[in-house]
Amino acid sequence: MRREGSAFQGVGAVFVKELSDNISSVRMLMLQLLIVLTAMAALYEAIAALRQNTAEDPFLLLRLFTVSQVPLPSFVAILGFLIPLMAIGLGFDLINSEHNRRTLSRILAQPIYRDALLLGKYLAGLATIAISLTALWLLVIGLGLIFLGVPPGGDEIARSLAFLVIAIFYAGVWLSLAMLLSIVFRSPATAALVALGLWLFLTVLWPMLAPAIAQAIVPPDPRFAALGLDTPGTAIWTQLLQRFSPNDLFGEAMLAVLSPTTRTLGPVFLDQIRGAVMGAPLPFGQSVMIAWPQTVGLIACTIVLFVAGYVLFQRQEVRA
Amino acid sequence: MSEQQNNSAATRPETVIAARDLTKRYGKTSVVDAINFDIAKGEVFGLLGPNGAGKTTTILMMLGLTEISAGRVSVLGFDPARQPLQVKRRVGYLPDAVGFYDHLTAVENLAYVAKLIGLPMAERSRRIAAALTRVRLLDVADKRVATFSRGMRQRLGLAEIIVKRAEIAILDEPTSGLDPQATIEFLDLIRELKAEGVTVLLSSHMLDQVQRVCDRVALFRAGKIALMGSVAELSVQVLGAGFVVEVEADGAGIARRLAAIPGVGNVETLADDRFRMTADRDVRADAARAVVASNGALRRLSVDEPSLEAIYARTFQATPSGGVRDAA
Repeated sequence: MRREGSAFQGVGAVFVKELSDNISSVRMLMLQLLIVLTAMAALYEAIAALRQNTAEDPFLLLRLFTVSQVPLPSFVAILGFLIPLMAIGLGFDLINSEHNRRTLSRILAQPIYRDALLLGKYLAGLATIAISLTALWLLVIGLGLIFLGVPPGGDEIARSLAFLVIAIFYAGVWLSLAMLLSIVFRSPATAALVALGLWLFLTVLWPMLAPAIAQAIVPPDPRFAALGLDTPGTAIWTQLLQRFSPNDLFGEAMLAVLSPTTRTLGPVFLDQIRGAVMGAPLPFGQSVMIAWPQTVGLIACTIVLFVAGYVLFQRQEVRA
Repeated sequence: MSEQQNNSAATRPETVIAARDLTKRYGKTSVVDAINFDIAKGEVFGLLGPNGAGKTTTILMMLGLTEISAGRVSVLGFDPARQPLQVKRRVGYLPDAVGFYDHLTAVENLAYVAKLIGLPMAERSRRIAAALTRVRLLDVADKRVATFSRGMRQRLGLAEIIVKRAEIAILDEPTSGLDPQATIEFLDLIRELKAEGVTVLLSSHMLDQVQRVCDRVALFRAGKIALMGSVAELSVQVLGAGFVVEVEADGAGIARRLAAIPGVGNVETLADDRFRMTADRDVRADAARAVVASNGALRRLSVDEPSLEAIYARTFQATPSGGVRDAA
């Protein structure tokens, strides 16, 4: 039987309230400071390196995102590491804090569905992250203009916008995960710890574990090793396993979008690149094609995690 | 459109909440077990019982906040399971140990709820100011709720119901944890609501207060309604009579004379000079006359009004002590 009324009634009110809570919270301020300061350090290094060879590179602006100077990783790598932290910081107590403050039953006794509360909170979290990332993006472009003095081309702007969109979806994955955990665990501390554990596992441990597991599945062939090459089977398995981490998907998509010369993300045979002009940039559309499966993966992961949280929340008892 | 519905129904003595065989099961245990009740418009109805007897679950089912396992309940003619928005638009709910957003002010907390209800901006601020005046929180309207005492929070919760202009107010343990002064103030506010024609459903285990404000009560025991009716009715039903009069007097044959007073059911001799009568009316005047007529010296004459506490105690004592089987 259909429910009466719209599931979206009240989403706006929840969204506005949560957004203003997020933006004015000390927690958000700390997260933003962390990201901006680290990102600025990476950018500073990148700018210093790029000023040496301004004239040689057609994609100077994009280099800002991807160039890494030895002590610091690149701007994109830092974001890939810190965006999850920000999303977890915003999401780990979305629902369980309402339980613990005993506001949940009072709010749900208003003429709204639970959908509205969940969706409003989620969208507010995502909007907060999107605002921060957009500000950061503008900052990067502005700094690039000031320090490099080279106006970016349309292609570069399009690519950096694609970066922004993919980064927001990447944040969406972690926000969904954090929200799911905030529904499952009644204690915010538990939810935060589990989320941070998953984050560390997927960003730090998994890239190390994946090759080990791949080698167990397809042991490296000594003949390839003798030639100084990776065994194809092992390499394929390694990549497959690594792609279970959203961090890896984000990294691959960024590689495709921000480095126009990227032609493929997986291993290829020599005959597949016969005739290709090595080092020539791909058009924007083609780069997006390469990054598309990864992007879809991130979106799908966001949706799956959100739906899991939604189903659990609908069935959850309201009383503490 | 909803107003029209109400007008057409207002002509007959209106039942606003009707539960039929309402049941809630978790696994195999029934928390609420096939209960039936009707609540008329404008009455103050008390849900009574020990913790875990099923009061809060019953309330949540009426609001559509928890699934109904069997049976049905209708609130203002709507089915909370199927039309929760209609129900929740008309019913105000003050949960047990109500919580607010501590970092927001009283006004901001109410404004959030008013937005969720869908009130336009101008109407919102007008209603909020009026409600805060009613519950005497206007002078702290712009203070953060974190600084509020428990009594103030409860009053703020009531202000929310007033802002909503609810037709039914459901209050879950509204006075638990309040100091006596705050309790009295809160009960006054409940009476004000009643005077405006709001139906009030009150759950509590504080018998004294329930007795002071409720028109009718339902006693919950292990998920069932053990007793239902007005306090006077229940006392007749449970205690056997409505009034217990104690007489302290010297004199010969007083017990016999007291027993002869019409309406007196039983006279117990507590001591040589103390007697306890149970009667179906206030027989103090007759008792005094009887003592004086026998040349006795009347020293004390007191009446115990039918007390919910006695009813409650009797009801829950009546459970066979060996019957641990479904002690909830």
